[in-house]
Amino acid sequence: MDFTFDSEQNDLRGAVRGLLERAYGDGEQRRRVTASDPGFDEKTWSRLAEMGLLGLPFAEEHGGMGAGPIEVAVVAEEIGRVLAPEPFVEAVVLAGGLVAAVGTDAQKAEVLAGIAEGTTLAAVAHAEPGTRWSPSAAAVTATQDGGSWTLTGVKEPVLNGARADVLVVSAVVEGGTALFLVRGDAAGLTRTGYRTHDGGRAANVRFEGTPAELLGEGTADRTAQIERVLAEARIAYAHEAIGSMDTALRTTAEYLKTRKQFGVTLNRFQALTFRAADMYVSLELARSTALWASMVVDAGGDVIAAADRARLQTSRAGRHIGKEAIQLHGGIGVTAEYTVGHHTSRLTAIDHVLGDGDWALSRLAEDVDAHETVDPLGAPYTG
Amino acid sequence: MRLQLSPELEAFREEMRTFFTTQVPQEIRDTVAAHRHVTKEQYVESQRVLNAAGLAVPHWPVEWGGKDWSPLQRHIWREEMQLACVPEPLAFNTSMIGPVIAAFGNQEQKERFLPATANLDIWWCQGFSEPDAGSDLASLRTTAVRDGDDWVVNGQKTWTTLGQHADWIFCLVRTDPTAEKKQRGISLLVFPMDTPGVTLRPIELLDGGFEVNEVFFEDVRVPAENLIGEENRGWDYAKFLLGNERVGIARIGSTKRMLVQAKAHAREVTVGGRPLLEDPRTAARIAELENELLALELTALRVVATSADGKPHPASSVLKLRGSELQQAATELVVDIAGPLSLSSFADEGSEVPDWARVATPHYLNYRKVSIYGGSNEVQRTIIAGTILGL
Repeated sequence: MDFTFDSEQNDLRGAVRGLLERAYGDGEQRRRVTASDPGFDEKTWSRLAEMGLLGLPFAEEHGGMGAGPIEVAVVAEEIGRVLAPEPFVEAVVLAGGLVAAVGTDAQKAEVLAGIAEGTTLAAVAHAEPGTRWSPSAAAVTATQDGGSWTLTGVKEPVLNGARADVLVVSAVVEGGTALFLVRGDAAGLTRTGYRTHDGGRAANVRFEGTPAELLGEGTADRTAQIERVLAEARIAYAHEAIGSMDTALRTTAEYLKTRKQFGVTLNRFQALTFRAADMYVSLELARSTALWASMVVDAGGDVIAAADRARLQTSRAGRHIGKEAIQLHGGIGVTAEYTVGHHTSRLTAIDHVLGDGDWALSRLAEDVDAHETVDPLGAPYTG
Repeated sequence: MRLQLSPELEAFREEMRTFFTTQVPQEIRDTVAAHRHVTKEQYVESQRVLNAAGLAVPHWPVEWGGKDWSPLQRHIWREEMQLACVPEPLAFNTSMIGPVIAAFGNQEQKERFLPATANLDIWWCQGFSEPDAGSDLASLRTTAVRDGDDWVVNGQKTWTTLGQHADWIFCLVRTDPTAEKKQRGISLLVFPMDTPGVTLRPIELLDGGFEVNEVFFEDVRVPAENLIGEENRGWDYAKFLLGNERVGIARIGSTKRMLVQAKAHAREVTVGGRPLLEDPRTAARIAELENELLALELTALRVVATSADGKPHPASSVLKLRGSELQQAATELVVDIAGPLSLSSFADEGSEVPDWARVATPHYLNYRKVSIYGGSNEVQRTIIAGTILGL
């Protein structure tokens, strides 16, 4: 049992932090970048690719670095720390993760290499209006005619759906949910992009007999693989959230030390410092849980349950810290000109992409009678 | 980063688990599990079983019976002990005065007190808090005035836990009322509770039990050799001791055990013909508590796995604060599961209410103490805000 990062992981953190600090060290740069499409900086995206970060978890034979979940966690936390708008978790962990989990060798060689090089932006089209954090497709259907497939239906919200070069789409087939690749220039594909509250981009994506390539071989139900990749992404998002919460708390503490009212700095008011102390408690408890969940992935344990646990803890912490960070700042916290409220906005978005805290709690509650105690160092988490 | 315990630590955990569940008398463990009153004899018997196996004072210096374990090993020892419902070695002996004497006492004091303290041949109590010195301990007013070869002690202590069982007291006394800082004029004296001039008055608590006491001193003569360490350095020893008090105060294993019991009770209690545990709100409440306890346990592991250099990990202050909140939440949960049965708190023979439901509310009320002792949670927040956040 070891909770420390090794020197290579610390070096990785240092390199990523250096790059992202240069890009987003002050909040103005981020505001400028997110103001226009595609909502992130293509140059920064290329630099992340040059550092090998966009292929971090992929196998080396597919152009990746062959790194593990701890390295992914380190990068995600640094992304969150400065609210870098580059879609690392969305493109690499989610879209790339699905291709890596399900794709044929040829598909992995092509798509994963493209993602890793930064030349292919992949996005996952899975959520559908009227569904709620399901691992299965609901109303988007796939039809086979001879050797080729077409898709029909609507996916929304699709994060980065308008800018994406390739979409990884879930669709209903006989016997369950299958995954498909749809090229951005496919016929019968209509994408209507828009800005999201956290500075990101999402789209309504409409398929009308759109040609699609089956991901992997055969049409066996892919729900279990989707569930697994979603779980890994929940854990990566937990680390992104930790990075953001950390900055929100540090920014708040700094503000309390410098802002003066009634002739004294705000840290003279115990009503405020106690609330900051509680934010620290929330942050450290969530950090421990997120790190543990990544270690569970690494150990080959029950990733789904570990992800639900990390999701619940970071959801509660994110809401607590996000709301208190604004309140302790006062009015300036609600402005778009100051950074702290953007953290709250991003934390709120992360909370709703793949399932919120109450959603995770419902799943854990269903299982509460199935174990006597939760042993973080025992079954089913140690693999 | 690695999740699994090493094979050695896995074996160590198994060894502890086996020892605690097979060597400590079942009747004593049942008493703890039922949140019933543990008698003095049970405390003594249990600690002597541990001490005979070298498991009562593993954190002491090796020459006085310590084990030279890593912080992680100590954590596992403590958690397994709590999970097995073994009464912990008396904190006043093993976590407080023992380590202080080992660190600051003279050789004669070490030989006189340490083996007897480890074996609970001497039962110690703590004379720290006073009516006007609680969280602000340095304001204490009990005095000790030198008279020939003796100190003469006058004043009053309070919240003296299990003082009714105690043979000796370790006591903070003001020896220099003229010191510029109030922390500077304090010394640490030890003396037998049956010394003439010592009077003890038990205080009844909300749960009907007698656990704390007031202790009065009237011209109590204490030989000069009973001063621990240097005169007027008592505050340093108190800080050292209270630092130890916070170790293991999160009581994760104990809360885990309470949640196991809560689930068992929620299977027994039925609502509309179905077990309460199947009620989604109840199940969610338990699941959320389990998850919060998991987060705390992981934080404790993070702290013990990275505090080997002797400096406390910043996150350690989280442990007391959150640990006490979760202990209280677990006791509250059990009261709510008991529902109307919780009213039968002092029922005797002839009642059909199960034991666990009778003790639920007294236990809940008693556990309001855990966010107050060992540095109240407000003190913990002050520490976090000040030393960690720099506020």
